[in-house]
Amino acid sequence: MKVLGRAAGREVVPGEIVFVEPDIVLTHDNSAAIIAKFEATVPGGRVRHPDRIAIVLDHVIPADTGRDAAAQSRIRQFARTQGIANFYEMGTGICHQVVPEMGLCPPGSLVVGSDSHTCTYGAFNSFATGIDRTEAAGLWITGRTWLRVPDSICIDLAGGLRSRVSAKDLVLRIIGDVGADGANYMAVEYHGPGVSSLRISERMTVANMGVEMGAKIAVFPADGRTREFFQDRGASCTGTLWSDFDAPFSRTLEYDLGSIVPMVARPHAVDDAVPVSELPATPVDQVLLGTCTNGRYEDFAAAAGLLKGRKVSPRTRLLVAPASREVMLRCMNEGILQVLVEAGGTVIPPGCGPCLGAHQGVLAPGERCLSTANRNFRGRMGEKDSEIYLCSPETAAASAVTGEITDPREVV
Amino acid sequence: MAVFSYPQDDINTDLLFPGKYTYSCSTGPEIREHLLEDLDPSFASAVRPGDFIMAGANFGCGSSREQPSLGLKFVGVKAVIAGSFSRIFYRSAINQGLLLVECPAAVEAFEPGDEVDVDASMGLVTVAGKEFPFPALPAEMLRILEAGGLLEYISSTIAAEGGPN
Repeated sequence: MKVLGRAAGREVVPGEIVFVEPDIVLTHDNSAAIIAKFEATVPGGRVRHPDRIAIVLDHVIPADTGRDAAAQSRIRQFARTQGIANFYEMGTGICHQVVPEMGLCPPGSLVVGSDSHTCTYGAFNSFATGIDRTEAAGLWITGRTWLRVPDSICIDLAGGLRSRVSAKDLVLRIIGDVGADGANYMAVEYHGPGVSSLRISERMTVANMGVEMGAKIAVFPADGRTREFFQDRGASCTGTLWSDFDAPFSRTLEYDLGSIVPMVARPHAVDDAVPVSELPATPVDQVLLGTCTNGRYEDFAAAAGLLKGRKVSPRTRLLVAPASREVMLRCMNEGILQVLVEAGGTVIPPGCGPCLGAHQGVLAPGERCLSTANRNFRGRMGEKDSEIYLCSPETAAASAVTGEITDPREVV
Repeated sequence: MAVFSYPQDDINTDLLFPGKYTYSCSTGPEIREHLLEDLDPSFASAVRPGDFIMAGANFGCGSSREQPSLGLKFVGVKAVIAGSFSRIFYRSAINQGLLLVECPAAVEAFEPGDEVDVDASMGLVTVAGKEFPFPALPAEMLRILEAGGLLEYISSTIAAEGGPN
């Protein structure tokens, strides 16, 4: 945990508490509530480091109710008044896509965010973790917080993924093995020759779901793919840090990527992961393709490969939610959105969409959704008596065609 | 004093406070209405200041939303005693000034109807007269907890230093 050591200015060991000044404090629509806390604590005060704050409007966009609109208006005004340059208007994308696109999470950076999936930036060798709103308010005021130096788990990857098997299948398999709390408080480090075979979008999928096994961070080494991603994004890749070859791990798990098969997480737990091939016939009422887990260009390209020339089954409906405007534009330019819409998909704005059950495709009681998101907790998509299965973009696309959960390798 | 016992593991943030209300409910009274709604619909009207919650492992896993910890503090829950806590919830509880006690042995020993008490400074949980020790909190966290939460702690620090920034 050299990042924390560097931030603390000395060598640190697991278990100790260090005080650190994060490089970026991320907040989103919840900034309205954080502003209220900030104002109540330091009335009329200034944020300590406006250049270290990033605000992305993504959770309920465009505003669904007058209340949302007023909250978002307040956030815009606060960002202007406080001189927060890294304010991103709704439509830019989901915070966990926008922060990398804007070059705010380079290798070796320390990022905290009032969103549990802040761990996504571990894909870029950033020490990135979730905090709550109150702590974000505290960070706006003081610029510093405390972190406990975590123990580490090593995930050793070898080989490469097979056709129509994706990083989502890998991470569902890992979470199934480790359990929902198996990495609680810990750093999950991805090692081994298999890492270099994973594209940035795939590393983001894997890191994004670190919190679903309790992890504080889920982190990859930086390499040529990382540098290529940050080219022209104003980020320096010189701060990268990685464990020593003899670093101690509390546990090591090994995976041959070639042995991974399409997986789903069954309701209502992310660690209830099984191969798609072991499921009984499971019809789905809605398929959600997108979110901060699987809403990237590569995900839609893979889905379009399966949906080209085919139609979404009349038994189901397909929602397409690009993770950002940049992703959406690339998919438009390359004809991928056209394929998905021609197949019968409905495109929703670049944002969190129905993933957290607030709007844009929430479920009816008794309905079942197959989703490329990261969480399938009871009631997550709005109704206590609905079900969510989690899967890869490939499985989502294949299942949209058949109307039931389908192994994408079976589609000719 | 009542003890609300939910012995299962992995009680997640959607069960403690459904995500669909995350952007419409931020204050204590608003949160109270939906607190534990999908886990125990009777909780919100039944809970009284000084009550306890007993739960299994990985309590509070999932989202970073703070309504669960803020809500439990608001309704006056004296402590949540669980097998273990998810890390973001653990942080959040300290930030809200809500006492969490990680003590699997106490959860194991608890039977419905047992009297429960917690002495944070001694690091002791009492269940039906039997004492169970739990590890003391690090000093930094204890100071935040004693101040009643992170922002209260920052306010007191600012007052001591004579103004923000």
